[in-house]
Amino acid sequence: MLHLTCPNCGQMVDETDLHAGGQAHITRHGAGASDADFEDYLFMRKNPKGVHFERWRHVYGCGKWFHAARCTTTLQVFGTYSAQTLTPPKPLITKIKKLRPEWEGFEK
Amino acid sequence: MSSVTVLQGAGFDGAIEIRDAGLLGMITLRGDLASPTLNAAVKTATGTAPPEMGQIVHADAQSCAWMSPDELMIFAPYAQADEITAQITGDLADHHALAVNVSDARAVFDLSGNAIRDVLSKGTPVDLSPDALGLNVVRRTRLGQVAVAFWFTSETTARLVCFRSVGAYMLTWLSTAADPAAQVDYH
Repeated sequence: MLHLTCPNCGQMVDETDLHAGGQAHITRHGAGASDADFEDYLFMRKNPKGVHFERWRHVYGCGKWFHAARCTTTLQVFGTYSAQTLTPPKPLITKIKKLRPEWEGFEK
Repeated sequence: MSSVTVLQGAGFDGAIEIRDAGLLGMITLRGDLASPTLNAAVKTATGTAPPEMGQIVHADAQSCAWMSPDELMIFAPYAQADEITAQITGDLADHHALAVNVSDARAVFDLSGNAIRDVLSKGTPVDLSPDALGLNVVRRTRLGQVAVAFWFTSETTARLVCFRSVGAYMLTWLSTAADPAAQVDYH
């Protein structure tokens, strides 16, 4: 079971209260972008075994989006943070590096 | 045509008592909850300042619940809902805010008994132990397969709100979960 703390309402919520929004911090290439960029944006996603940054929506609760960092194999949650950011917060990245020294770091 | 609740007075007596809360005024207010103007409008409408995050506050016949970072729900007598909505709309005329009377779009249940936490636990992932969910904490979650909000007004009474369209389903669900032959005696 995956439990995340929604940063918008402060509640610890179960996965079944949430809606998964896929990989976080994607650059949205739209009109005027190159075909390669647009293809990347539409189809190409990371599928790491380990640290992953994701978007989640607290759909049965406050209805707001947020970001979460977790491990895809152990379900360890490193932290959740506001949806209104383009990159994970620095303190969170530092924390993950301490917990997972082998992690290659955040890449867009 | 006179207004009716979706349950039309239906209820159930089992592990807990389930009652139709009757016609209840409900006003959704969305806007910047940090705005002093919005806070003043809520205070005029309800007689109390808006609640802290995740709480519900009561004042005489009115209550005000925190629903999300930009949403409050005001509870008032059914007959006053339109008037209060108009008043809030007037008070916030120059603000980016919206007040809507949603009284007829919701079903409200009054639950009472010692086993409320046990009954609700059968269908929601929320930790319902008294330490984790105290009195007057509004919890929005799912119960069975529908979105609900509930809060405890005392250790043996709680109120539950869901969409009107699933009100009948909710009564069936609660009645099944509160079957006297299926008591859990956990909480």
